[in-house]
Parts: sequence; structure tokens; C-alpha cells
Amino acid sequence: MRFRSSIAGALLGGMLVFVGGAIYAQTAPQVVPRVTGAASPMGDIPAPALARPVIDDKRLMRNYPEQPPIIPHSIDNYQLTLKTNRCLDCHRRQFTEGSGAPMISVTHFMDRNGQVLADVTPRRYFCTACHVQQTDAQPLVPSTFKDMLLVGPEKK
Amino acid sequence: MQRLKSLLIWFWRIASRPSAHLSLGFLALGGFVCGVLFWGAFNTALEVTNTEKFCTSCHEMRNNVFQELQHTPHFTNRSGVRASCPDCHVPHDWTDKIARKMQASKEVWGKIFGTIDTRQKFQDHRLELAKHEWARLKANDSLECRNCHSSVAMDFTKQTRRAADIHGKFLVTGEKTCIDCHKGIAHELPDMTGIEPGWRAPPEMRDRQTFRDNPRHELMRYLAATEAER
Repeated sequence: MRFRSSIAGALLGGMLVFVGGAIYAQTAPQVVPRVTGAASPMGDIPAPALARPVIDDKRLMRNYPEQPPIIPHSIDNYQLTLKTNRCLDCHRRQFTEGSGAPMISVTHFMDRNGQVLADVTPRRYFCTACHVQQTDAQPLVPSTFKDMLLVGPEKK
Repeated sequence: MQRLKSLLIWFWRIASRPSAHLSLGFLALGGFVCGVLFWGAFNTALEVTNTEKFCTSCHEMRNNVFQELQHTPHFTNRSGVRASCPDCHVPHDWTDKIARKMQASKEVWGKIFGTIDTRQKFQDHRLELAKHEWARLKANDSLECRNCHSSVAMDFTKQTRRAADIHGKFLVTGEKTCIDCHKGIAHELPDMTGIEPGWRAPPEMRDRQTFRDNPRHELMRYLAATEAER
């Protein structure tokens, strides 16, 4: 008997919480904005114009030493597949002498155990996984990033 | 053989004698009209086979290369000028066109026997097919590219500095031709392992042999050399 009443009590409590939650969800004002998608996903939604890539050929300073250098030139329609890698047509070690392009760094020859291979390691093969173009688009959220050399009590 | 010979002799006897029943005017005019009809029909048929619609009527072309073309600048771009299949793949001059059309009989053979009738078969043959096109464009100095892209009309100041430099160095001097560097601009590339970028000088003209040969051949050469020493 006691056993049964405890189950009934738990059920009742659960129901109360559920009903209360449902009522709150229906009536509470929506304070959190939509995170993804449009309000009417099937309607016609105006798209912003595409941003233009920066192709001024300037090698920019890296914001921190480990930052993959950005691509300062056009990569429109470069084929980067298992079969061909247009980037390496210029940036591969053998080709840099003729192309004048910077060589892929030595880390790109190491496999995950630090073994140095003769050519680019498979895990570094897809260049655009790390190296990207910049565009003239404005950031959606302002960045508060600071160069680490400028961070500290005495420096500005 | 004997029958064929007698047939030929019979035909020659008729053809070499003056006509007994038909007038000269009828024969001359009839020959002219028939010639015009034949020529018109021949050229019309030729032009029909020279359209994108004809090329993509085969699924081999429609499902492979035509799909790949559609997201390249040769199909859709800012100025709305586009190239269709024959613009790049068939010479525009009549004699060259006929020569290419005669070569295309091999493609009819391939169609009948289904040489590339699946995606996998197409991928397997892709390198070979691409090499044919590279060789053709290399041999005619990228004529089909130059039908639209004239190096004389190119304003290098409007190009990015990198492109202008490279064009000035290789294109204007005639050292390289378009296809050497611009491979795979309208279709996906085949497996390019071992195929060097087009701007490189051929191996025999380099001071430094930086590119490795097929490692298997290298090993075989090394083994042969050491064998001789022993």
C-alpha cells in the first residue's frame, strides 16, 4: 500500500512539474532571440551580397605565432581534391624555386608521431582546412582579441 | 575479286561515254542542284553535331563533364558570355574541324561499346582522355582558347600583379601556351599524381633536377647501377 502511494505521489509531482512547465513555456515572454534560421524558413529571404575576397598579395603579420598564414591571393576555382591540389602546384617544396611562392612549412611534412615524411603529410593535405582567404565583410561580433605582447600590466 | 573488277569496268564504260538520252544541260544543271543539296545537307548535319545539345544528348557527356562545367566561369560568370562544348573542343576552321570530326569516329565506337558508360569507367579513363585534350591544345598553341582570349587584347594592368607577371613571362614570350597552366578550368581534373605544373621548364632544360621521377624507375636504375659495380 505504501509502495503504491509513493508511485502515485511521484506521478502526481511529475505531472505538476510538466503542466507547470508547459504553462510557463506558453505564457513567458521570449527573451532569447532566435539563434538560427529565419522566422519563416520557407519564404523568400533576402540574402546579403557576397563579400569580396582580399587578393592584394600582401603577406600579413600573424596575430599569434601558431596562426596559419592567410591566403592573400585569389583561389577561385582552385581544385583541391584527393586527385589534385592546385595550391601545391606552387607551394610544394620542389616548385617554390620556380613559382616564388612560400614553401609549406616543415610541420606539414610531419605525421602525428612527429615522423618527417618526404612529402606533405595526408593530415595537412587539405590546405583550406586551416588557411583561408580574408574578405571585406565586417565581423558580426566585434573582436576583443589582443596581441599577447600587448597584454600585461605595464604595457599598452 | 573478278566480279568487282568486271563491275568497275562496266561502270567505267558507262561513265566514260557521252550520254545518249539525257541532255547536257539537264546533266550539268542536275549535277549542280544535287551538289548544292548534298553540300547543304552535309553542312547542316555537321553543324547539328556541333552543338551542346548534341553533345549532352549522350549520358556520358551530360552526367559527367557537363555537370562539372556548370559551376565554372566558362558556364556562368559576371558578363554572361559562355562557352559551349564545341567552342573549346572542336576547331573552328573547316579543314581542322573535319579532321577532328573524323577522329570523333573513335568516340562513336566508345559510345557503342560503352567504354565510359558508368561514372567509374569514366573516372578510370579520365587521365587518358584529358591527356588527349592537353596534347591537342598544346599542339595547336591553344587555338580554341585564343578564339576568345587574345593575348594582344589582354590588358595586363587590369590583371592582378601575379597574373600579369606570369603572363608577361610565359605567355607573351611564347614560352608556354594557355593549356600548360590552365588545365582543368572547365572540368574536374584527373588524378594528377606525377603531372608537373605547366609553368615548369621541361626536365632536360632545368639546371637542378628537383622533381623526382617515378620512384620505381629510380630504384630499378639504382639496382642496375649497383649490379654493374659488383
